[in-house]
Amino acid sequence: MTVPVLSVRNLEVEFLTRSSTLRAISGVSFDIAKGEVLGVVGESGAGKSVTGLAVIGLIDPPGRIARGEIYLSGMRIDHLPPEEIRRIRGKRIGMIFQDPLTSLNPLYRIGDQIVETIRTHMNLSESAARKRAIDLLAEVGIPAPEKRIDAYPHEFSGGMRQRVVIALAICAEPELIIADEPTTALDVSVQAQIISLIKRLGRDHGTAVMLVTHDMGVIAETSDRVAVMYSGRIAEIGPVQDVVQNPLHPYAKGLMGAIPTLAGEEKRLVQIPGSMPRLSAIPPGCSFNPRCAFAFDRCRVERPEPIRQGSHAVACHLYDEATETAA
Amino acid sequence: MLAFTLRRALQAIGVMIAVGVIAFSMFRFAGDPVNQIVSLDTPAAEREAVRTSLGLDDPVPVQFARYFVNAAQFKFGVSYQFRQPVSNLLMERMPATLELAACATVFAMVFGILMGVYSALRRDTLLTKFFQAVSLIGISLPTFLIGILLIYLFSVTLGWLPSFGRGDVVRIGWWTTGLFTLSGLKALIMPSITLGLFQMTLIMRLVRAEMLEVLRTDYIRFARARGLTTRAIHFGHALKNTLVPVITVAGLQFGSVIAFAIITETVFQWPGMGLLFVQAVQNVDIPIMAAYLLMVSLIFVTINLVVDILYTIVDPRLRSTISRPA
Repeated sequence: MTVPVLSVRNLEVEFLTRSSTLRAISGVSFDIAKGEVLGVVGESGAGKSVTGLAVIGLIDPPGRIARGEIYLSGMRIDHLPPEEIRRIRGKRIGMIFQDPLTSLNPLYRIGDQIVETIRTHMNLSESAARKRAIDLLAEVGIPAPEKRIDAYPHEFSGGMRQRVVIALAICAEPELIIADEPTTALDVSVQAQIISLIKRLGRDHGTAVMLVTHDMGVIAETSDRVAVMYSGRIAEIGPVQDVVQNPLHPYAKGLMGAIPTLAGEEKRLVQIPGSMPRLSAIPPGCSFNPRCAFAFDRCRVERPEPIRQGSHAVACHLYDEATETAA
Repeated sequence: MLAFTLRRALQAIGVMIAVGVIAFSMFRFAGDPVNQIVSLDTPAAEREAVRTSLGLDDPVPVQFARYFVNAAQFKFGVSYQFRQPVSNLLMERMPATLELAACATVFAMVFGILMGVYSALRRDTLLTKFFQAVSLIGISLPTFLIGILLIYLFSVTLGWLPSFGRGDVVRIGWWTTGLFTLSGLKALIMPSITLGLFQMTLIMRLVRAEMLEVLRTDYIRFARARGLTTRAIHFGHALKNTLVPVITVAGLQFGSVIAFAIITETVFQWPGMGLLFVQAVQNVDIPIMAAYLLMVSLIFVTINLVVDILYTIVDPRLRSTISRPA
């Protein structure tokens, strides 16, 4: 078996506040293989973005990686000194942020920003880097790149700016792209273009993609596998078809039930009652238990660990054989 | 861009006309100028002769038009106390003031930006706390007090620097400069610090606040995610964005540096326009006061214009909205 591009083991990120330590994510483990797209879904505050930032080493104080390991193609990167992780950022891991309108420095031409990034990571001359920048812009679908390279960010539309951001993320041929809600700020028709662009780039370059979003539609369209996050933990992870069609975790069931279908008969969409607990008030046991229709005594005491169920892994006591035999 | 510059230039001329009206009206409301010129026992006939020779018996609109046409050619009449053309007096004094204001501004910009950037990047060091203490002093102590304290320390106690005057100056055409002689440079140090300290603390606080703001933006986060060096992020991306508002404030402050120079020039007996103005006020020398008013407003208006144009050079977003007015 080949080494996965990204391998996260038991990751725990905490934020130190004056009065207490808030655990943003804990016990998060997953792999992404070469050329694979892993979708990460969940509500706001479930820890999706924090996971992405932890991988790329951008958790700022008062936050810190408290436990766990992150491996990039087999090399451990979570405890590297700042200068070494900086060399990996942009070169081996590219990142795309949510809002293309604010991701680019308004005072520099986009070409200068791309050339600067290329020359930071690759040993190229100014003119070679510029040529590469034009090729990159062409690849992400900017028309007339040799002219547009000298434009400023405000001269592009939102969708075009997100293409420039993507060009910046892939300019040093990274092994992994972390896309943090790349389509959330765009309108629907542009979303589809950006999604297919990310998908195509991943396929053409064999890049692994970690796609963070709260949009199940985007996940279903793009991802090979999906991880459902809830309250800082992975509730369920598995191939996208299986998880969408046959979710096991009660929370994942709720999420899938909340997606309207075009073909479906007219019935009310399922809602999950209540809201996700605040970081400072995570209940003992399974953090989903107050909202779960199937919760039983064990859920209120003991935190479930991921259990393998066919192609899925699910963190729920319902699937634990010990529970089944006891019940 | 050209249309924008022209429009701003026309507005500037409008402001200058308004200031001209105010300057002219000083002559009408500050007593009879003839009394300032002649002695107490001058006979009435001689007084009338002086009045006629100065054109003071013409109708007011005629006098105003004449004043205006002359002022536009930098002729501001004759000083009552020096019996010399005011423009000559101003020209003679202007290099001293401009040199002082320029040195003070350079001092304020260099140290203000350095201290501001440092205290934004290293928030909890001892040096940052020291800078903030200095900035508190600079912003709260009045200028004349700082000047007097400096004189006490460096001139009276230590004897390192001269306490008054410009030192030896070199004449280049009509311009005199103290930048090329040791005594001239030494004489510049304390007045520049005194005059620039307030601006320096202002710039430092502004740079610090802006820098902290900019460092929190998405494009800085994205620049970090691209793996750029800390140095490129702080001094390339963050500082340039910080400087946009700093340019405005520093530019506009240059005007008040020249205006505030009155106090500093008085403390250090600096032979500039400010000192001339103070003497003019004491002697009700209206032509000098009016001319000084016009000069200072001209400087302010010019600076405003330059800052507006500089703005568009630094920020490309403004450039395109100006060239393509919505």
